[in-house]
Amino acid sequence: MEGINTVDLMRLKHGEVNLGTSIMAVRFEGGVVIGADTRTTTGSYIANRVTDKLTHIHDRIYCCRSGSAADTQAVADAVHQHAQLYAAIYGERPPVATVAALFEKLCYDNKDQLSAGIIVAGWDKEKGGSVYNIPLGGGTFQQPWAIGGSGSTYVYGYCDATYQEGWGEAETLQFVKNTLALAMARDGSSGGCIRMCVITEDKVERHFVPGNELPRFWEGKEVIGGLAQTTKPVAAA
Amino acid sequence: MSSIGTGYDLSVSTYSPDGRLFQVEYANKAVEAAGVAVGLRCTDGIILGVERLLHSKLLVKGANRRIQSVDEHIGMATAGLLADGKHLGSRARDEAANFRETYNAPVTVQVLSDRISGYVQAYTCYGSVRPFGISTLVAGADKTGPRLFCIEPSGVFYGYRACAVGKGRALARTELEKVLAKEGGVSVREGVMEVARMLSGLASYLAPLAISLSRSTAVESVKNDVLAIHLVHDDNQDKAFELEMTWVCEESGMKHAAVPADLLAEAEEKAKAALEEGMEED
Repeated sequence: MEGINTVDLMRLKHGEVNLGTSIMAVRFEGGVVIGADTRTTTGSYIANRVTDKLTHIHDRIYCCRSGSAADTQAVADAVHQHAQLYAAIYGERPPVATVAALFEKLCYDNKDQLSAGIIVAGWDKEKGGSVYNIPLGGGTFQQPWAIGGSGSTYVYGYCDATYQEGWGEAETLQFVKNTLALAMARDGSSGGCIRMCVITEDKVERHFVPGNELPRFWEGKEVIGGLAQTTKPVAAA
Repeated sequence: MSSIGTGYDLSVSTYSPDGRLFQVEYANKAVEAAGVAVGLRCTDGIILGVERLLHSKLLVKGANRRIQSVDEHIGMATAGLLADGKHLGSRARDEAANFRETYNAPVTVQVLSDRISGYVQAYTCYGSVRPFGISTLVAGADKTGPRLFCIEPSGVFYGYRACAVGKGRALARTELEKVLAKEGGVSVREGVMEVARMLSGLASYLAPLAISLSRSTAVESVKNDVLAIHLVHDDNQDKAFELEMTWVCEESGMKHAAVPADLLAEAEEKAKAALEEGMEED
């Protein structure tokens, strides 16, 4: 009998390369910001510390990949091919909703074989910026923001408490950077650097935050000593 | 019809020596014999209208419709063999549903017309089948606005601002040109009135017209005065018909729906009044 300890929750094959990951996409007026950490692991070994999990699908559509590196690459390649075919046949860029539907089809129909959690995001002329979350079973959910990967579980509360409608590009970019830094700090299988991407009507702009320049919040500060400092004058008075 | 008896018209998979497919041309004859169908692209939407000629007084009112819904935002009117129209409508609905399933987006009228035309064209390639005996008007509103296409039995399709197929299409097209020439364009509500006027007029005088006048004279006459012709053929006028009209516009929520009964009745009244007035003047 399989006990709870023998069930492999990530459903990885022995030795399979895993994107134990923190990924994210946030919509704003006029576009989206997507982001990811850069860590790829095989067990406890870091197979790649500068991975690019932000994958090009079409001119203004990217996806963030989590789960098995091999599976998500294969699915993204197939959808990329579909998207190119769509543009050739219909003479216009595929809408984000359409690319999400293509991902959904592959992920749902092959759910028993795949371990792929994908966030599709991009800009199209019908809807502007939009974000679609396609988690493990192959459901499709349109959201204002989405987080995914093992690291995401640590930062749902932060996102719920922080996210606001009506942000511009700069604020959204800061939100993504902060969220990913927090997720990477708590999650052992996430880490390294942060890669981000701003997608709007007229640009796809990449951002890179090296590992030694990540936001650190209160970490490393002499908090306890600091507290003692502030209480002293009060006692003296 | 000098081709009859030459043997080149027996199969759709055989060309005549001068490069024609007679079976396809015969299919066009089936269309020419059918009641007219009209499509009109307006400033704020699109209209489909057909005159349904009634071959029996025992038919249920409003039954045997010739306009079908293909998707929420697209309708389709056929002129020709009714059963062929039903079959093509079913195929069109499959295509529209398949597009939605695959791409999570409504199909555009152009893409749908392209798919249907491919299907129609396939029936001009094989000796074991006959071509569709219908011309199809595909009308709808998509992300590019109101669009209208006409698919012919050969499988070609063209986009139109307005189009008419079936018996008396030449007359209707002349009328449509006049309507479209109006400054500032026509709204769907004005369009409904115009199409009703056209169809009512055509139904009452076209049946005898086809018998007594060659088409060229008919067109010439219409250019001068449509109603004059009507008067000429006043004696043979009781050909019963029903008016069928659908639209896609703001008022229908950009969905393909029947023109409301009260508006259609009003349009018919106006059309009849205008016709009678025209007759008195002459």
